Amino acid sequence: MDVASFLEQCGIGITSGGFLGLIAVGYTLVYGTVGLIHFAHGDVVMLGGCLSLAILSFLVPLPVDPLTGCLIVVLAATCSGLFCGCMNVCIDQFVYRPLRNAPPLSPLVSTIGVSFVLMNVGLVWIGPTDRAFPEIFLESTRLIGGVPVAMADFLVLVIIVPPVFCLYILLRQTRFGRSLRSIAAITRATARSGEAGKLVIATFFISGFLGGVASVAAGVHATTINYQMGHQMGLYAITAAVLGGIGSVPGAIVGGLIVGLIRAISVALLGPRWAITSVFLVLIIFLAFRPQGIFGKSKTRGGQR
Amino acid sequence: MKIQCASLSDLMKWPNKNWEILVFLVLVLAPWFQPALAGGLGGQITSVLIICTAALGLNVMVGFTGLLHLGIASFFGLGGLFLAILTVPMNPLEIGFLPAVFVSVSVTAAIGTLLGSPTLRLRGEYLAIVTLGFGEVVRVLFLNLENVTGGTQGLGPIPPPGSGIFVSGIDLGREFVVDSRWFYYLSLIVLFVVVLLVRILEKSALGRAWIAVREEPLAAATIGISATKVRLSAFTIAAAIAGLAGCLSVASIGTTGDPNAFGFNRSVAILCAVIIGGLGSIPGTLVGVTILFGFDIVVIPWVDSWMQRIQGQLFDVSFFTLGSWRLALVGIALIVVMRFRPVGLIPSRRFAAEFQESQQ
Repeated sequence: MDVASFLEQCGIGITSGGFLGLIAVGYTLVYGTVGLIHFAHGDVVMLGGCLSLAILSFLVPLPVDPLTGCLIVVLAATCSGLFCGCMNVCIDQFVYRPLRNAPPLSPLVSTIGVSFVLMNVGLVWIGPTDRAFPEIFLESTRLIGGVPVAMADFLVLVIIVPPVFCLYILLRQTRFGRSLRSIAAITRATARSGEAGKLVIATFFISGFLGGVASVAAGVHATTINYQMGHQMGLYAITAAVLGGIGSVPGAIVGGLIVGLIRAISVALLGPRWAITSVFLVLIIFLAFRPQGIFGKSKTRGGQR
Repeated sequence: MKIQCASLSDLMKWPNKNWEILVFLVLVLAPWFQPALAGGLGGQITSVLIICTAALGLNVMVGFTGLLHLGIASFFGLGGLFLAILTVPMNPLEIGFLPAVFVSVSVTAAIGTLLGSPTLRLRGEYLAIVTLGFGEVVRVLFLNLENVTGGTQGLGPIPPPGSGIFVSGIDLGREFVVDSRWFYYLSLIVLFVVVLLVRILEKSALGRAWIAVREEPLAAATIGISATKVRLSAFTIAAAIAGLAGCLSVASIGTTGDPNAFGFNRSVAILCAVIIGGLGSIPGTLVGVTILFGFDIVVIPWVDSWMQRIQGQLFDVSFFTLGSWRLALVGIALIVVMRFRPVGLIPSRRFAAEFQESQQ
């Protein structure tokens, strides 16, 4: 593999890693506040993809020029983000909230139940086969500094960089972010108290919003979506969140980028069918040496469960 | 911790011997009165029994030892694969059924130990993700190593148990093929033996150590229980039981089939069955699997074929099948059970008492 194609694979890895990171942030935020692996998150993202497919097919029946294309895609990403955020909040309020006092594994079963239901909704919505995402741009690649850059990859960056930036500001610079980080730092019990209730709603909304944005990026990147997409991406994103240290937001983004890079490089070297194997092997080997992930605390709340 | 009869367990005196004997007798006798139960439907009911066996293995790990395991189906698949490798005619080994089962269960248990030993110092969620990842790796290996595993086709044909053995002039192998009741009874016996085994283990020093490590790892360590060894033993036993179930499953189907059946979905479904049944409770596990998988692989196909007949008479086309809403129905069932019985349908007394205590 020569340098140019290696760089190209890295580019693919970083773009796909970007949206995997956004989905992973969703997992990590929810885990940090209510201590739950939200298995349905991938399927929420998938439904966001279905919605954005519908919006884009309606608005962009034919390829358009780059600026209009970007605007329309940003609009679709916002809609899909709002949709997923609201859906996530509803799921939390109706399904998970009654189980805050339940034994630790019971909400896990509920998340899996929700995941099945959402997957079925997706199956009925877009059917059992792959659905092509509409072509948005007239030209698919452009030369930038001698390296051909796929417009789709550029678009993915346009969609995912602003949310990551906003998230950083939100978590680091605002009172809300401080309380969110503190509730993640103290105990799960706070999640039951009144003030914390609002924070939990906000967490689920943010996590869903980022997932919805990521779904558009994923659709643009992969050019097709299907009803099992959420399941696949969910696995990669959970891996990313765990690799980065679950509960840590920067960890999720870094983990996403690493997973994206490993996947892209192993696709180039070994072929696509070994991608998931290499990702998980790296995860297993890494955790054997550093059990808490990259940014994880070695002894976190709850201890051994 | 006080173990007093909570009102929940008063309500359901499940560990009542009469019930168990009754259910067992019904399962034994049913095929004699209703051959279809073991015949047409028998394949499916046999699979439910086999999955019950695998779920008991998972229960050892998740229920007794409190380790979240999301890759049980991969051990199920590995057990089946090794059996197939050892017995199919296209491979040179072709050893008998019982030695093959023995070898494949041992190898599966060894793989479980190998996976367990470096990963047991991980905390709950990390361990869960590692087992999940292991399951996916196994599934992909099954798909990709075609010359060993047969890829998506699976490996087959696996000769039925007892082929070549003649009992008073009857070829047992042929009997297994002709009459599916043989597999029904074989699975029932294996399930019965595994239930006894798990029950003995639960009462033994090892079983109490599992529970001690789940409840208070620190306290367990101070009285000289090595948490790592105890957890590793649970990991190994879970892998072995799942491998045994896998052997039975592939033998009853005759091929390892599509490796995707050993993936994350199957693992998660078995885990859900164990949790909705009641963690750490043997009758709970059996009931959970029977409800979840019975609904999925027995009731839905039956209702669909029935509805197709009705709709065929009325409208001449089939409008609606339960099959297309299968996932959603199972999902809603999981949500509803957890909403109204968060400890599971038939919780173990200890678990129910703990939950009651934590609520006060």
